[in-house]
Amino acid sequence: MTTGLLELPLKGLHAELGGKFVPFAGYSMPVQYAAGVMAEHLWTREKAGLFDVSHMGQVRLPLDQASALEQIAPIEVEGLAEGRQRYGFLTNEAGGLVDDFMIARYADCFVIVINAARRAEDLALFEKHLAGFEVITDRALLALQGPLAESALARLLPDVATLRFMDVRRLTWQGLELWLSRSGYTGEDGFEISVPVSVCNAFARALLAMDEVAPIGLGARDSLRMEAGLPLYGNDLSETISPVEAGLSWGISKSRRLDEAKAGGYLGVGVIASHLAGEAARKRIGLVPEGRAPMRGGVPLFLSETSQTQIGEITSGGFSPSLGHPIAMALVQSDTDAHAPIWGELRGKRHPMRQVDLPFFKTSYKR
Amino acid sequence: MRFTEEHEWLLVDGDLVVVGITEHAATQLGDVVFVELPELETAAAKGDEVVVIESVKAASDILAPLDGEIVEVNDALVDNPSLVNDDPTGEAWFFKMKVDDLSAVDAYMTEDEYKDFIGE
Repeated sequence: MTTGLLELPLKGLHAELGGKFVPFAGYSMPVQYAAGVMAEHLWTREKAGLFDVSHMGQVRLPLDQASALEQIAPIEVEGLAEGRQRYGFLTNEAGGLVDDFMIARYADCFVIVINAARRAEDLALFEKHLAGFEVITDRALLALQGPLAESALARLLPDVATLRFMDVRRLTWQGLELWLSRSGYTGEDGFEISVPVSVCNAFARALLAMDEVAPIGLGARDSLRMEAGLPLYGNDLSETISPVEAGLSWGISKSRRLDEAKAGGYLGVGVIASHLAGEAARKRIGLVPEGRAPMRGGVPLFLSETSQTQIGEITSGGFSPSLGHPIAMALVQSDTDAHAPIWGELRGKRHPMRQVDLPFFKTSYKR
Repeated sequence: MRFTEEHEWLLVDGDLVVVGITEHAATQLGDVVFVELPELETAAAKGDEVVVIESVKAASDILAPLDGEIVEVNDALVDNPSLVNDDPTGEAWFFKMKVDDLSAVDAYMTEDEYKDFIGE
């Protein structure tokens, strides 16, 4: 059947495992397997979950392009040490977010992982500002996440135990080079593993053969990242939201801030600097609905049951399997009192919510 | 038991009609985490959205399959929404209606017709 969707290299394996496919960012992706979203979510928090994130873009960048990348991202790239990874984002002239990404430094190049849905916009920006970059097409990207991820992966690659959070390393498996980072998108300890397509099936099957490893779909990936308070581009991040409004000020490297060595020099610096100085109009917050009804993206928010003045909206929300109640993230006016109850309007009725600190669920990275 | 194209089942119980969702629908929805039931003694017209179900994936509605009045609701689902996945055609009934015309139930699909409809 032709659907116009791109297929993952492991599509056959997903189908064999009972994967239910949905369109996502131009790809046909497994949203869940036979176990279902709830069970897959809880498995990842207790054991080790295997995610296929091969839809994400992997881009190789020459080391001499570090300062060029700093013109489109407010992060320190030149100073990133070999064997380390950093979170970053691309900005536009208006100070909004074009995409968020991970960048790893290896001995001979950088590797950047970008969102599938933002590939076209990112590559347009790269074309304009960077030389010699190359989109990698012969590698799958897998993530193994959860408290048992290290011990499971170490059975195939004993050296992984020596990586700390955000370390990256190349290791050999069946004569081929895997690129590993100790990171992820679930709030759990774990790894992302770039695997040559020629062995990705064998590698995934070797992991799935272990009792503690189960395949996890996009549905649980979304609920896991929400519990961990991690924003998703397209929901919580967009071209009209600045990194400061999105709660990502921590990702703007110190060297790129006012009066520092490499202050400014990136797209949208005027707006972003003013937001850093306290002039952001909005902020991202965590919310817990008082009732059981999940409040999802797009729900308008108010300061009372009757107020006509909307103060923002939910950007991501759903049921938290680990906590057993709904959770949501929202973008609201920055002057909103951090203790004020917030009301969300769902199906014509207002429901109260309380503000909470992010993350909802304590993260357990191996720092 | 009769079945609607919206994947509801209808069971005549005396002068009432019991309404729930099919196993097929429950499987498609995934883990149900929230159920909002109608108020008792609500008049409902065929096609009215009377119940909201939310799974971990999405929200959906149950429509009143007939004209009538909601006379009983299954409060157990509010405290334990996962019953919808565990026993969709038994314990997880949603509401009972007093309908104007019981014979209208027969206009809906039989089990065999429903199985054809969902391609089983």
